[in-house]
Amino acid sequence: MSNSTQINEDISAKGFSIEPMKQGYGRGLVEAGKLYENVVAASSDVTGSTGTEPFAQAFPERFFEVGIAEQNLVAVGSGLAAMGKMPFVAAYGAFSPGRNWEQIKTTICINNRPVKLIATHVGISDAPDGATHQMLEDIALMRVLPNMTVVAPCDSLEAAKATIALASYNKPAYLRIARDDTTVITTEKTPFEIGDAYVYRRGADISLIATGRMTRYALIAAEQLYKDGIHAEVIHVPTIKPLDNETILRSVAATRHVVTAEEAQINGGLGAAVAELLGENLPTPMIRIGVRDRFGESGHPDELLKHFGLTPHHIAMAAHHLLMDHSKHKH
Amino acid sequence: MADTQKTYSLPALEKKANEIREDIIKMLEHAGSGHSAGPLGLADIFTALYFHILKHDPKNPDWPERDLFLLSNGHCAPVLYATMAHAGYFPRKELLSLRQFGSRLQGHPERERLPGLEATSGPLGSGLSQAAGMALALRLDKQQHRWIYVVTGDGELDEGNNWEAIMLCAKYKLSNIIAIVDRNNIQIDGPTETVMPLESLRDKWEAFGWYVIEIDGNDIDAVIDACNMAKAIVERPVVIIAHTVPGKGVDFMEYDFHWHGVPPNHEQAMKALHELRTLQGKIESEHE
Repeated sequence: MSNSTQINEDISAKGFSIEPMKQGYGRGLVEAGKLYENVVAASSDVTGSTGTEPFAQAFPERFFEVGIAEQNLVAVGSGLAAMGKMPFVAAYGAFSPGRNWEQIKTTICINNRPVKLIATHVGISDAPDGATHQMLEDIALMRVLPNMTVVAPCDSLEAAKATIALASYNKPAYLRIARDDTTVITTEKTPFEIGDAYVYRRGADISLIATGRMTRYALIAAEQLYKDGIHAEVIHVPTIKPLDNETILRSVAATRHVVTAEEAQINGGLGAAVAELLGENLPTPMIRIGVRDRFGESGHPDELLKHFGLTPHHIAMAAHHLLMDHSKHKH
Repeated sequence: MADTQKTYSLPALEKKANEIREDIIKMLEHAGSGHSAGPLGLADIFTALYFHILKHDPKNPDWPERDLFLLSNGHCAPVLYATMAHAGYFPRKELLSLRQFGSRLQGHPERERLPGLEATSGPLGSGLSQAAGMALALRLDKQQHRWIYVVTGDGELDEGNNWEAIMLCAKYKLSNIIAIVDRNNIQIDGPTETVMPLESLRDKWEAFGWYVIEIDGNDIDAVIDACNMAKAIVERPVVIIAHTVPGKGVDFMEYDFHWHGVPPNHEQAMKALHELRTLQGKIESEHE
């Protein structure tokens, strides 16, 4: 079964540390602020809820509060970057990039300034607030922009590592992190490099390719599939763009079956990116787990994940479905 | 660098502005698309900026001590390019490449294509935001002696992003920002006061915490004086509401909003150049 020693050994165990990703971002940003004098931060009246507060307290002169003004937030970021600063500008994903996509395109991407856009409360994680505050379209919105890098860590430890890595990354980038408590599945030793995908579990029958919090669910699904006699490989994709084509193609060439999983619209997200890669290079039967072209609604996060089919069970069922289909064709 | 620029006399600057207008007409006619009225109306302001006010070095566009200039209403690129060419950033002959495939002179300014541009612009309303970010960075780096000039259109002020930035500049007292509003009273669909009334524009900026100077934006001397005064105002950012004549210098374009977003055809260009060369009939023979 699993031969990965990179992450916590039993991801379904109780008692794992649980922490909102924004706290990882906050720790990472303070650390980055100590490492690099040019790191600055801004927020649009969501300093506390985006995890920016520790930085604002540690470096008050390097933090800027722009008020509820997300268009201004990112364009101010562009101006700061123009003068050699490394700005981290944070808001809820629903508003940035939800409100300000054009400013991101023009003042950051065409202008090619290394602003770091931090989007919190993504996916359905702003669950009780309902459809308007749940950001499911952000991967598609950011992935389509030339010059943009898209990063989606799976827990707070990885969020911290990603933040520190982004602080010396001289290109525009987008970091998406969930609102609520997230089980920590990585360890201090788990590697993270911008642009790399990681095999968290080896298996020869099917590739489960996941990003963000869904990576943990893919691992749990793989455990379930193992009991059913199916050996699933689990690939964690913390960088959705640029996609780690090599790692994905190597895995899929061996397994020839793919399930992708993400807490986002399936249109334009990780599943779409993988489908584009495979469609052009290695056409493969696949199922995308994600929100299927509909808006969210209020509820408890667990209720909503179940409602939208974003659970380990759904991932495992998709794997069964693909493998059954395939065996039917073979015989 | 700036010191040597101050040797231009006022008549020399006025002559320069007229030459820039002639180049704008030639560029637009050749390109076959682009904006006429705004660039012609802004020629005096740009001449004052690039030949007298700005501390810059066209041969060293990245000079770390330079002042910063941002054109927020990127569609006025023709006056920016023509002025930059006259100032020595690139050869004047390149001006005819405006909007052509492979040109450094994109339809709207793209920073990475042309040395000397501080920002990419086109979509309206975010120049002041970028200036605010630059000013905050300059403050951190104790570089507040460097001035940031931002030209915005008046119609552009319809965009909410401006007012977000206007509030931020006042909050942080970014007094090394000097905004210049091209108050030419026209936008694509018609007069600004019909499309979306801006008045009282002075009161709006003042209410948002800015110091306001109003001038005739086609008077180069007034532009220079206003910028000098703006530099003397501390604690508050300054906006110069520059009343300009859209299409300035070409009789059949002046004040007519239809010329906002279209270029002259060949016949109109010839007529416009004749007017510019004779200063609208004030002198008899055409100069070149």
